[in-house]
Amino acid sequence: MPDSSSLPQRLRRDRAAVAAAGVLTLIVLLAIAGPWLSPWPYDVIDFDSDWGAAPGLAGGHWLGTDELGRDLFARSCYGGRISLLVGLAATLVSLLIGVAYGAVAGYIGGRLDALMMRAVDVLYALPFMFFVILLTVFFGRHILLIFLAIGAVNWLDMARIVRGQTMSLRRREFVDAAIVSGAGTAAIIRRHIVPNLLGVVVVYATLSVPQVILVESFLSFLGLGVQEPATSWGALVSDGAHAMETTPWALVVPATFLALTLLCLNFLGDALRDALDPKSG
Amino acid sequence: MLNHAFKRLLGAVPTLLLLITLAFFLMRAAPGGPFDRERALPPQIEAALQADYHLDQPLWRQYLGYLGGLAHGDLGPSFQYTGFSVAELIASGAPVSFRLGASAMILAVLLGGLLGCLAALRRNSAFDRALMALAMLGISVPNYVVAPLLILLFAICLGWLPAGGWSSHGIGDAGLPVLALALPQIAVIARLMRASMIETLSANFIRTARAKGLPMHLIVWRHALRPAALPVLSYLGPAAAGIVTGSVVIEQVFGIPGIGRYFVQAALNRDYTLVLGVVIFYGALIILFNFLVDLLYGTLDPRMRLG
Repeated sequence: MPDSSSLPQRLRRDRAAVAAAGVLTLIVLLAIAGPWLSPWPYDVIDFDSDWGAAPGLAGGHWLGTDELGRDLFARSCYGGRISLLVGLAATLVSLLIGVAYGAVAGYIGGRLDALMMRAVDVLYALPFMFFVILLTVFFGRHILLIFLAIGAVNWLDMARIVRGQTMSLRRREFVDAAIVSGAGTAAIIRRHIVPNLLGVVVVYATLSVPQVILVESFLSFLGLGVQEPATSWGALVSDGAHAMETTPWALVVPATFLALTLLCLNFLGDALRDALDPKSG
Repeated sequence: MLNHAFKRLLGAVPTLLLLITLAFFLMRAAPGGPFDRERALPPQIEAALQADYHLDQPLWRQYLGYLGGLAHGDLGPSFQYTGFSVAELIASGAPVSFRLGASAMILAVLLGGLLGCLAALRRNSAFDRALMALAMLGISVPNYVVAPLLILLFAICLGWLPAGGWSSHGIGDAGLPVLALALPQIAVIARLMRASMIETLSANFIRTARAKGLPMHLIVWRHALRPAALPVLSYLGPAAAGIVTGSVVIEQVFGIPGIGRYFVQAALNRDYTLVLGVVIFYGALIILFNFLVDLLYGTLDPRMRLG
């Protein structure tokens, strides 16, 4: 007996997903409002405090300062803005490419589909992290380039999923009706196929955001991503790792933010996928 | 079987060629040259350098020349480590990286497989739930966060293991890097193994084995393990890619003199040929590994032999 309750109802029953959504909201709010809440800006050195002050209420450094005396709370929130922004922007890029590519391949089918999917298979086998590194090495370390590069390589999953979904949509009556009423191929894909893909696309976008954040922080950790004085969680973890013997909190604070965000996004994505999956109802 | 192998090889070769071609032309499309310095070089020296590295030839000849060199394992000279060829640099780091990667891979398969089986056998128990929550944590927390935290805990706070360095013998200094490299893969493999073991245990032939009175451990060992291991096997390709990628970070964090360290240095110094060479080497390695996994899959799963 399939579950007839709506998607939000099913999601609300999954306590892990609810908790994950709550924590995630909190982190997003902190990333947005944190830099204003903090008495210290993210890029200013507090010469009055000890460099590398431990967390505490004194001096307004709630989570301590890093080796250079910069406020960790403000830096973590600011880094969160960058990490989350890159995650969302690159996911959007991969979404646009992936949906267009997958919908065209799936709807038109035949030889074109075979060719397009063969190309995806070949690209899929490439070590994609190294390609992003190549791009940053050859074209400079600009944040715009980073998420364009990530998005441009990350669309493959989306294209595959969208294609599969489109192939089953193609045989539905409303598509026949559109064909009979004289709509062109492009119009059918745009007006009838793409809107119906939304559910699946949202789920995989949720799963793609943590992947992108991982890639960005990987690059930043190696020093190839976001450049000073701007920062991201990956860059902060890297800084913290260099100074962990004297200021362990400089590692633990951003690492916690990063890990918590990724964990919540993964939990949420899994729960969304289960909730949408008719088999698990 | 041979037919199957041949078909797979036909798939792998274009991928490798595409990788090389894309990487090569990306490098040439990049703005700025490898000899750009703060102070412009005298034109004669610039021209001599260009000629020395064959940069004065038309692009297609450079490309064909590079491909020809690759066929003999020649990846060209390094732009930054003068006097060394890229192939020499890779060869000097390869044994260390290989030991690190292979140990992590073996650990991931054995431990991940074991934990996955145990969780499947005690499905929905507290052990299972705790393990799966941990696995989710392992998937979510990347290598480069785990590695420094492990150092902080085991090397700095507890002082059990060295924080870095690498010697050619002993497992003391290899313990933390291998563990940090393997953890995410252990988590994924445990999840895969659990899911496929649960599915296999509900199959009819397991019911038959149970009905004839075999004890559970023998059922798992003799009947369930092989079919249940197939999804894990097909994950080994991506796992290898993950370990290769992860080793770049792990070598950096622990100060291990492998290929990954050269790679990061090269990327930071914009040593074009070395970056290109390592990407091609890593790419070829991953493609080769995928090919081997495909072959192994064919031998382990009789259904694949007909296809």
